[in-house]
Amino acid sequence: MPIVLRCHPGIGPAVSGTALVAADNFSARYDLDRSRGIFSRPSHKLAGESYVNRILVLDGAKGGVATAWMLHDMAARRIVPLGLIFNRVNPIIAQGAAFAGVALVDRFEADVTRLFRTGDELRVDPAAGTVEILKRDS
Amino acid sequence: MRLSDEEGAMLAGKLGAPRRWAIAHQIVIGEFFDAADFIAVGQAHVMADTESLGEAGVRFLEGLAAAPEPDRRVRVPAITDPRGIDFAVYRRLGQSAAMAALERRAIAALSAFGVLMTDTCINYQTVMAPLRGEHVAYGDTGAVIYANSVLGSRSNFEGGPSALAAALTGRTPRYGYHLDASRRATRRFRLTAAPRDLSEWGALGGIVGEACCSYWQVPLIEGLAAAPGSDALKHFGAALASFGSVALFHMPGITTEEPVLAVAPPDPIPIGAADIAAFLARYSAPGDKLDVVVFAAPQLSLHEIAAVADALDGRQIHPDTTVIVATSPEIKHAADRMGLTARIEAAGGVVAQGICFYQSYAREMAEANGWTRLMTNSAKLVNILGGYGYRSSLASLERCVDSAVAGKVL
Repeated sequence: MPIVLRCHPGIGPAVSGTALVAADNFSARYDLDRSRGIFSRPSHKLAGESYVNRILVLDGAKGGVATAWMLHDMAARRIVPLGLIFNRVNPIIAQGAAFAGVALVDRFEADVTRLFRTGDELRVDPAAGTVEILKRDS
Repeated sequence: MRLSDEEGAMLAGKLGAPRRWAIAHQIVIGEFFDAADFIAVGQAHVMADTESLGEAGVRFLEGLAAAPEPDRRVRVPAITDPRGIDFAVYRRLGQSAAMAALERRAIAALSAFGVLMTDTCINYQTVMAPLRGEHVAYGDTGAVIYANSVLGSRSNFEGGPSALAAALTGRTPRYGYHLDASRRATRRFRLTAAPRDLSEWGALGGIVGEACCSYWQVPLIEGLAAAPGSDALKHFGAALASFGSVALFHMPGITTEEPVLAVAPPDPIPIGAADIAAFLARYSAPGDKLDVVVFAAPQLSLHEIAAVADALDGRQIHPDTTVIVATSPEIKHAADRMGLTARIEAAGGVVAQGICFYQSYAREMAEANGWTRLMTNSAKLVNILGGYGYRSSLASLERCVDSAVAGKVL
């Protein structure tokens, strides 16, 4: 039976896809090469990984306001994450997700970087405030 | 969210398409953060550099700007954060004609809203500082944390779309640092030695930022015997916001609000000279060939530009090293008038206006110029540039200038 985890109601459309998880933080400007679609910051735990069409599961937001515009431009160029799951975001991540139409949820009852694993197939429903683990390799 | 009659009219499109988009965007954000209603703002500060906007963002602005003038004019004074291009120096920095063309389109669209093109992240030093208790919608993390902490005004981080929305509606959702409950200190730190220069103030911001590591943490910093000055707290706050996403700090006797602790006071974490030295040492690279020295992030005050000019007087920058100074147009004009720009240029430096290095296609500039090793006195800048492929060193202004003259990191 699928596992359903509850969170605060979020932003954006319901999406289904594959999780990419790290106990690290996020900024589109600080961490990404937005022309190649990869994490480019050498010290980031996802350095070298493609974020395109993945559901990113991370701890929180880094500084900077650029993500508020950048997610929209990344979406227009189809080089954007499918969804965002955080423990708790700052306003910039929320504003960026809202402007770009990217699914975003946060505020779960436990640490999302432990609840979810890289490779999990997830369904994120921001309006309902739920994330369902559809499939997990044992 | 509770909406007033006017807010309802905006949402219904009765006040034009731009205000309908703006209030709808703000309601999504407000409901996400459980805001009960809106609050009026006195100013908006719009971040809209073209590297972040991209072609899609510029097209979005142009679409809103095509509305009839009464529908698109901002309702409160609105100004801009640094842009991506200084048209006087962009070719010298290796930026392209296509970047400049996109910049011109963005400027035309923003101007059509009535946004004033101040192109600065130090608006609190150069344009108009907000008052204690004044609610604003600021769009640069360094400007937000300075306004919240040093001045006692109230803002959340408002990214470009949200700051523009606030300018169009004249309000913002009431959550986060607009509320008393969010402004209580949650962490304590005690300084055992005061930072000695701006790079060390930035390092201190980095140390506290990494310890807090959340927008929702508010650090209380004790142990300072004397007010350190505006540029010191500018670098401290910018680094704290960059490393920790922090939007408010308290320094008893120095910042504006009497800090209230959110919980029973925890034991303060001591920070001393050895901690600051260790932070700086993370970026040490003595002997490395030096490609570019940047004084920016935040843009420089007039006093900082004078310090750069003093340090360069009678010297020549190494031919294989580029020195860039970035400031606001207003400070650039003052520096021109007072001869500071000429003194920096005589040594071989570039003084750019209205940009900040990391908002100016830093990756493309590195590729065009073959830059890898960068040196700066800005902790914020070294933190940002890791993802852009730079290897950055952090040191005092004087050591940065000495290194630029030597052509290698000293």
